[in-house]
Amino acid sequence: MKKINDAVDVIIVGLGWAGSIMGIELAQAGLKVRALERGEDRLNSDYAYPKPADELAFTKRHKIMQSPHDAAFTIRHNASETALPMRELGAFRLGDGVGGAGLHWTGMITRPTPVDLKMKTYADEHFKRGELDEELRIADFPVSWEEIEPHMDFFDKVCGSSGETGNLRGVIQQGGDPFEGARSNPFPNKPLEDSLNATLFRQATQEMGLHPYSMPSAAVSVPYTNPYGQQIAPCNYCGFCQFYSCLNYSKASPQTAILDRLKQFNNFDYKTRANVIRVEKHADGKTATGVTYIDENGDEVFQPASIVILSTFGLNNVRLLLNSSIGKPYNPITEEGVIGRNYTHQYGGGFTLFFDNLEFNPFATAGPTGTVISDYGTGNVETAQLGFIGGAKIYSSQPTGTPMAAAIKKGAPSWGSGWKKALKESYGHSMGVKLEGSNMATRGNYLDLDPVYKDRFGMPLLRVTYDYVQNDLRMLQYMKEKMEAITKHLNPTQYSHNILKMDSHFASSPNYVNTHNAGGAIMGDNPRTSALNRYLQSWDVHNLFVMGANAFPQNFYANPSAMVAGLAYWSAKAIREQYLKNPGPLVQA
Amino acid sequence: MKLQLRYLLMAGLVSTAVQAADNQDATLIAKGEYLARAGDCTACHSIAGGKEFGGGLAIASPMGVIYSTNISPDPEAGIGKYTEQEFADAVRKGIRRDGKHLYPAMPYPDYRGITDEDIHALYVYFMKGVKPVAEKAPETSLMFPFSQRWGMWFWNVAFTEDKPFAPRHSVPDDINRGKYLVETLGHCGSCHTPRGIGMQEKALNESSDKYLAGGELNGWPVPSLRGMPTWSIQNITDYLATGRNDFASVGGEMTGVVEHSMQHMNDQDLHAIAAYLKSLPADTPVINRRADAEQETKKTADYLTQGHNLNAGQMLYMNNCEACHWTDGNGAKGIFPRLNGGDVVIADNPTGLINIILQGAQTPSTPKAPSVMAMPGFASRLSDEQVAQLATFVRSGWSNNAPAVTPKEVTKVRESLAKP
Repeated sequence: MKKINDAVDVIIVGLGWAGSIMGIELAQAGLKVRALERGEDRLNSDYAYPKPADELAFTKRHKIMQSPHDAAFTIRHNASETALPMRELGAFRLGDGVGGAGLHWTGMITRPTPVDLKMKTYADEHFKRGELDEELRIADFPVSWEEIEPHMDFFDKVCGSSGETGNLRGVIQQGGDPFEGARSNPFPNKPLEDSLNATLFRQATQEMGLHPYSMPSAAVSVPYTNPYGQQIAPCNYCGFCQFYSCLNYSKASPQTAILDRLKQFNNFDYKTRANVIRVEKHADGKTATGVTYIDENGDEVFQPASIVILSTFGLNNVRLLLNSSIGKPYNPITEEGVIGRNYTHQYGGGFTLFFDNLEFNPFATAGPTGTVISDYGTGNVETAQLGFIGGAKIYSSQPTGTPMAAAIKKGAPSWGSGWKKALKESYGHSMGVKLEGSNMATRGNYLDLDPVYKDRFGMPLLRVTYDYVQNDLRMLQYMKEKMEAITKHLNPTQYSHNILKMDSHFASSPNYVNTHNAGGAIMGDNPRTSALNRYLQSWDVHNLFVMGANAFPQNFYANPSAMVAGLAYWSAKAIREQYLKNPGPLVQA
Repeated sequence: MKLQLRYLLMAGLVSTAVQAADNQDATLIAKGEYLARAGDCTACHSIAGGKEFGGGLAIASPMGVIYSTNISPDPEAGIGKYTEQEFADAVRKGIRRDGKHLYPAMPYPDYRGITDEDIHALYVYFMKGVKPVAEKAPETSLMFPFSQRWGMWFWNVAFTEDKPFAPRHSVPDDINRGKYLVETLGHCGSCHTPRGIGMQEKALNESSDKYLAGGELNGWPVPSLRGMPTWSIQNITDYLATGRNDFASVGGEMTGVVEHSMQHMNDQDLHAIAAYLKSLPADTPVINRRADAEQETKKTADYLTQGHNLNAGQMLYMNNCEACHWTDGNGAKGIFPRLNGGDVVIADNPTGLINIILQGAQTPSTPKAPSVMAMPGFASRLSDEQVAQLATFVRSGWSNNAPAVTPKEVTKVRESLAKP
């Protein structure tokens, strides 16, 4: 028989960044809040020095990542292929457990730009009809820069973001990113120190007339106390960020920035190993009554709640919506339906430069150390003549010093003693010039439920139908030229690159690209083309709010966390100030 | 759909028990609860995960294990049948309702000075504000002759004073409030005053310069609180409220004191405690620091940074400690304690430092500083010899100039930790 928990005001599904933000914002409002987390509890003390300094466990064996055992994805390039399950999460890697992706992220806290938020408007203004590929499905975010910026600003304070301000209330600042959207406040902390590669990149791009600035970092540069009273320690450049929980309390994570404060609220609690399989709806279909989860004993439990917040990873949010029959699934042929549309990933790649005579000290680094240029970001260069819309940031970072991940010179064997010899010779002598590129949504890239494969609870897996977008591949060829120019200016002994070609196709594994999945349950002004309104409220079920990058109509070239967190604060404000007084749809369609 | 906003309404109330009581009781109960926190009653009279004030905590003493009693208002298992006078006698004189004597694991010699007014509030709180716990705590049965509780009569005659609290004349109220809290409810002397032949505190108030002069407790060096020359009033207040300040973090027994007691006290009282401690004449400090602190610090930091020909202790420091405490040993303000000049580090007695290296430490989560920050213990990673080498370097690097540590000393601490 199904168990039933005591009712709560708010149930939060997934306790990562978004779940923690919603948790503290709504607990502060006095509501009884409970979070359900599928994975394990994760405490800072579990990752005390030197436990995380283990490349095999964390990078190679994905110790704090979602395992395909819990939920794999099936993948195909287009609707004519049969999707197969990912046996290893390669091209993207999701977080798992308390803290979610916020525990293992690299800590690059880059924001989108005002242009990114109004892409459709920008496209209409800068491209003639027919200049852009027909398959693109560009849309505006239904929020303005002025609306969302204060919330990203608050998140910067929560994280203790360290960086150089480029645009303070409309006034361009020396040394920062002149292309960034206006900030209401400067970065709370000074930037991290440059490592050698960052210094070289800064110097080269400056000489070329470009505008380098320090990577905005959520690994703080100085001892810091955030607005919740949580203390974040100064980064010691240990080299274990991406895929690792910070052993030094330096990288902002739900653990270091929110959870210890949140746990002090008597009206908040959380359960781990609680695998939510479905949102339950009232008979009229207009409201949710709570969620059903499988507990650690394998028992089915119903958790009644007045408000349901989905804050699992974006892909998992989409899957939960589909498995709960909330919103109409997207059909790529008729283009009807909203759940699953506009799925996007993000482009990585870059040049590896070898310098025989330079020592880069790969261990003296933090995930977000590095210097960046946004000169080729969306809207910062006219691209109508070049046949693409979008852009990239180009940067040199040194996110980890771990030897298994180190670059090796061309021509070396990929295993055995020859590989080891080459690794020894190459280690510490290379730097990267990398890109992170925008990804436009298309008609044919989407998410739905797999008709064949199910998880261990009998729930269908999420099927990802995705291939690279021609518009974007053209963008990458343009970026490649720009990167090659920077590379040549740096004058290395030898270099190589792995930028996608025009005929490249998406490979889901084994190589990691990034975890910046977006779309699938997007926000918009029109319930026929979006799943969520501007407050991330479901158009169909008004007491259901969905947090995550699933809300992005297309993917920009920045890292998603700042925007995901900004949107969560924005949504929490709407719930507190509008929804609680008058529960119902916050936007009339 | 209607939201359940009952929690908003309940947020301001302490417990359901309060609802039933009239206003006067409610005020007294709140006051009593605060005083019970100040007296740190929870620390001894509850066990982790157990019901509050249900007793049963095992307190190791040289005479055997003493179990704390159930002090909830349950009439059978707890103190529900106590009259206010009987309650006062138990708290202040160590005499139970049945006339038998309590062991001075209960700090009644310190509680002797609690005012009648405060006893009244405590009594009302324990009778009306605490939930009864029906389970009996385990009986204490010490070996002979300590099993003879009447023998405590002699102890009390010899070692306790039957005098009420005596304020100091012509000092600000703040200092007298601090004196009262430190001497009575805070029972700071029970750890920070050296003990005599009968296990008694050598002094129960400032009339003797032994009072709060520090010493050793369960193998830990206990710092002197007299005058605290290197700490400001703000440093002390921060430490008590949050378990950390600009340069130190709480460790050992004091962690529980901050967690259960001090973090719940108001700013005024914490300030009063700090002001009082600062008003005591300081002992002659043992100087285990070098005179040219700045230059010596730079010397060590440069040497570690160069990284050539490091000795075993320096190497161990770089591989285990430098990540948080940095090459200059100064840690991170408000987060990682300072080793360069740190009180525990350069204490004459190195056991506190050894203890922390072996066991680690963890800050409590308090309203003013919620972050739980843990230093890992290195017991499983480092041998006794390595701990000794590391401790010796830490005690002599930078501006520090404290005596070396031997592997034997480490072995002794490790063995004491292995005991249940």
